[in-house]
Amino acid sequence: MKRLKVFLTFIFLIINNPLFAYSSDPKEFVQELVTDAIEKLSDKNLTNEEKAKFVEKVAIENVDINALGLYTLGELRKSSNESDLIKYQTAFEKYFLKSLTSRLTDYSASRFEVVDSEKKSASYTIVKSIVNPEDSGPNIKIDWRIYTKNPEKPLIRDLIVEGLSLARTQKEEFSSILSSNNNDIKILTKKLEEFVKG
Amino acid sequence: MASKKIIKLLSLFLIISSLSSKIYAAEECFEKASRSIFKFNMFLDDVIIEPIAKGYNKLPKPIKLGTGNFTSNISTLLSIPTSLLQGNFNQFAHSTGSVLVNSTVGIFGFLNPAEKMGFKSSKEDFGQTLGSYGLGEGCYFVLPILGPTTVRDSIGLVVDSYLDPFAHITIREKELFNISGNNLDYYSVKGATAVDFRSDNIINFDSLEKNSLDLYSSFKSFYLQDRSNKIKNSSDDQDDWGNLEN
Repeated sequence: MKRLKVFLTFIFLIINNPLFAYSSDPKEFVQELVTDAIEKLSDKNLTNEEKAKFVEKVAIENVDINALGLYTLGELRKSSNESDLIKYQTAFEKYFLKSLTSRLTDYSASRFEVVDSEKKSASYTIVKSIVNPEDSGPNIKIDWRIYTKNPEKPLIRDLIVEGLSLARTQKEEFSSILSSNNNDIKILTKKLEEFVKG
Repeated sequence: MASKKIIKLLSLFLIISSLSSKIYAAEECFEKASRSIFKFNMFLDDVIIEPIAKGYNKLPKPIKLGTGNFTSNISTLLSIPTSLLQGNFNQFAHSTGSVLVNSTVGIFGFLNPAEKMGFKSSKEDFGQTLGSYGLGEGCYFVLPILGPTTVRDSIGLVVDSYLDPFAHITIREKELFNISGNNLDYYSVKGATAVDFRSDNIINFDSLEKNSLDLYSSFKSFYLQDRSNKIKNSSDDQDDWGNLEN
């Protein structure tokens, strides 16, 4: 009886522990993470603030925000000074978390299924999934670019929706802003900060 | 008459060929004008297309599905000649089979039995055909109402109106297998196609508008990626992450 109590307490702690990590297998990692996200975001008992905090926590732990920030900056990451880069990365993280919360909330009323995965290299696995919107719209194919350099800790680097890379789109959006502003990283950082405040 | 058209077409080929070696995908033909046209298109979307698409989404599912199948079947018609021009005989057989089955057994295309029979209909056009020949896209610009395009794709659009059997019997008012139509038929079907597409993407558009710092560039990026995937007939991810290691 005592053993059973200990076991049940252990299970309870694991399930409720906010630091409970997702699987290290890329396919299971995506399935667990998205199932968790859809469940939380469609929970009517949670406030918007609680939902936003959950998304932030999950994203910080499971998305390679640092690499994504550098990737979207393009070649400018090589020529910018460290101080500007730190300011940009800080603004980018806030921008990313805000837009991710908004995007995930938009798609939370959907059914989600991981259908396949393909190991591209030692560093990357593409996990293929299908999202079925609740409004009976057509199924959406989403591929997840998972960075697996550390096999114990997979990280999301990109979402490819119906063949369209969101990271690449973000990169090209930033590139357009930079090219019309003399490649000034400070202006891009300011625009990111304005988005977060707005 | 026919020789004049061929000469015009060849001239266009030469122009694009010369452009393609100098102009890259990200380059703009006339960005300021394109951004203004983009704003105008977004205004039209806000006041006309989006409200219609939202209303359309409230229709019973079978009606939406039937309309989507009908417009998709008509769009597949263009894939028949363009697949042939690409030398893709497998795609040609699938497109032809799909149109024949859906137009007959599928009651003028409102049903899609061809899919259950294993026919994969694809959407090919002359712009993609030029791309499959290795022709670069030239510079990017935005057309009023029609939206994003490139030099190559806009020329493809003109050629499509000659290659597309549906355009042939409607806007060209010719007969094909004793079937003919008029301009109204053509624009009604194209309008329905646009509304059907927009209704499927209400959330995607809203989400993009809310989260973009530069919506014009986002649309441009999506358009160019989509065209590239369609030309390759694949959406395989291209690794351009370089050496961003942690």
